[in-house]
Amino acid sequence: MDNAIELAIKTSSLTKQFGSQKAVNNIDLSVPKGSVFGFLGPNGSGKTTSIRMILGLAEASQGQIELLGHPIPKELELALPKVGALVEGPAFYPYMSGRNNLIRIDSADRFANSKTRAERVDAALERVGLTNAAKKKVHAYSLGMKQRLGLANALLKPREILILDEPTNGLDPQGTREVRNLIRSLANEGITIFVSSHLLSEIEQLCSHLAVMTAGKIVAQGSIEELRKESQTRLILKSDRIDEVVDLLKQQGLSKLSLKPDRIVAPVPGDFDVASLNQLLVKKKFMISEIRLEQPSLEEYFVNLTGEGFEVVR
Amino acid sequence: MFAKSLSLSLMASELRVMFTRRRTWAMLAAIALIPILLAIAVALSSEQLAPGEGPPFLDRVTQNGLFTGFTATLLALPLFLPLTIAVVAGDTIAGEASLGTLRYLLIAPVGRLRLLVVKYLGTVVFALAGTFTLMVFGGIIGAILFPVGPVTLLSGDQISLMESFGRMALVALYTTISMTGMLALGLFISTLTTVPVGAMAATVVLAGVSQILDNLPQLSWLHEWLFTHYWLDFADLLRQPIELGSMFSNALLQLGYIAVFGALAYSRFTTKDILS
Repeated sequence: MDNAIELAIKTSSLTKQFGSQKAVNNIDLSVPKGSVFGFLGPNGSGKTTSIRMILGLAEASQGQIELLGHPIPKELELALPKVGALVEGPAFYPYMSGRNNLIRIDSADRFANSKTRAERVDAALERVGLTNAAKKKVHAYSLGMKQRLGLANALLKPREILILDEPTNGLDPQGTREVRNLIRSLANEGITIFVSSHLLSEIEQLCSHLAVMTAGKIVAQGSIEELRKESQTRLILKSDRIDEVVDLLKQQGLSKLSLKPDRIVAPVPGDFDVASLNQLLVKKKFMISEIRLEQPSLEEYFVNLTGEGFEVVR
Repeated sequence: MFAKSLSLSLMASELRVMFTRRRTWAMLAAIALIPILLAIAVALSSEQLAPGEGPPFLDRVTQNGLFTGFTATLLALPLFLPLTIAVVAGDTIAGEASLGTLRYLLIAPVGRLRLLVVKYLGTVVFALAGTFTLMVFGGIIGAILFPVGPVTLLSGDQISLMESFGRMALVALYTTISMTGMLALGLFISTLTTVPVGAMAATVVLAGVSQILDNLPQLSWLHEWLFTHYWLDFADLLRQPIELGSMFSNALLQLGYIAVFGALAYSRFTTKDILS
């Protein structure tokens, strides 16, 4: 990673060991300032444990962490006031109103100004659309409302980075869209957003960068464009005399052809010239019913890296 | 100065959280019931107790209503008061951990030591509320059901009404001090678990064990080190002149418990991984 780019989060060889198991195994995260960084991985892959270490809730077994330039846990108290976070779901006192919950957490922040507290709490509630439910007790909130209240808590002060662990969990499609819009507008204000999810589709449209984690390790990391480049372009071809077409393709220097009952799939460079190949095939009087290049979706790429992911990996 | 004033606002917030809970009020109401039931039972029974019969002071309640608070405190001390105290002390850290609010307090950032101190002081305020509830409700119900006048102390001297209110406050304060060691113990246990009920139960069991050990003459060498040892010794405050000997030994012993278990709670909590 280029050192000229300022990093909001940087971890080197970060490891967390529980007993004999490494929940987080030697990860190097580089989250550029101003990015919307998607932290992707199936459930149980170690995302939340990594986030806990970054926020100083858990101690790293090995490795270094820098959060907004501050070494963690040494300068934790200097970094945290600039960080808003949602960790492993929202948590509140059920017997207090949403508003009083936010006031409680803001009172715990020793760097927060008590004079502006009420104002900031109301503004945060407004931003997540909870103004009308502010006086309701939290035990009467739906999961979606709690999730929003958690986001409001992260927004109590102007932040440099938001660390959001599964922020759309439990939200209906409408709520998910609203949270996405909220994240987008925060990103437009220049706030770095570090957002974890087990569903690529939830965050794909948002992110400028991605890291993919599975079984405690990071298996891919970079900007969306970089990751797209890594996914292999494929040529798809359907024809009547498949065997002869295969011979011709081999003559053209294509390898690793895979034959499906009705079509041929071949990995090709991204700038492969389909038109010339088509011309050649037609000249040789093949009947071509389909010929095209296919770019696998990021989703496929993700599944390739992490497996289908219904089974818990370990 | 800045940080200090903000700690005050955290303290206020802590008390607001505690006294928003219905459980807190239910426990205080149950504590208030002790002197009320006691006074009603004494008033309804036609039999006059001979002096010295029944629990200490009980025979005096009918002569002077102000003794209701003292008697109620004696009755509440072995089990009921420690039970409510254990609930509050066991809940301190484990309760926040089980709700998940602990992680949000820590990333606020609250500062682990600061949270521990404020949590402890919050439980002391509850103990104060509990002991004064016994006295205040004892005084009120006593005044309603029995004659009230100058109090005859255990030493035989009489003190004025105003002075006896002072003694009531002093006994409540003594009982609060008696609880501070147990509160520190509960705070430490609370840092060990994320199950508040477990911490509460463990704390109350230890209070029971301590009282049992205190009753075994074979262990007399141990007695003055037990945090329950001076609990019932507030009678010395009801003499003229006041004997402060047990007050000082008690305060010293409780301070020792606060130092030891406060330090244990600190070393445990500041290095603990918050995984709840």
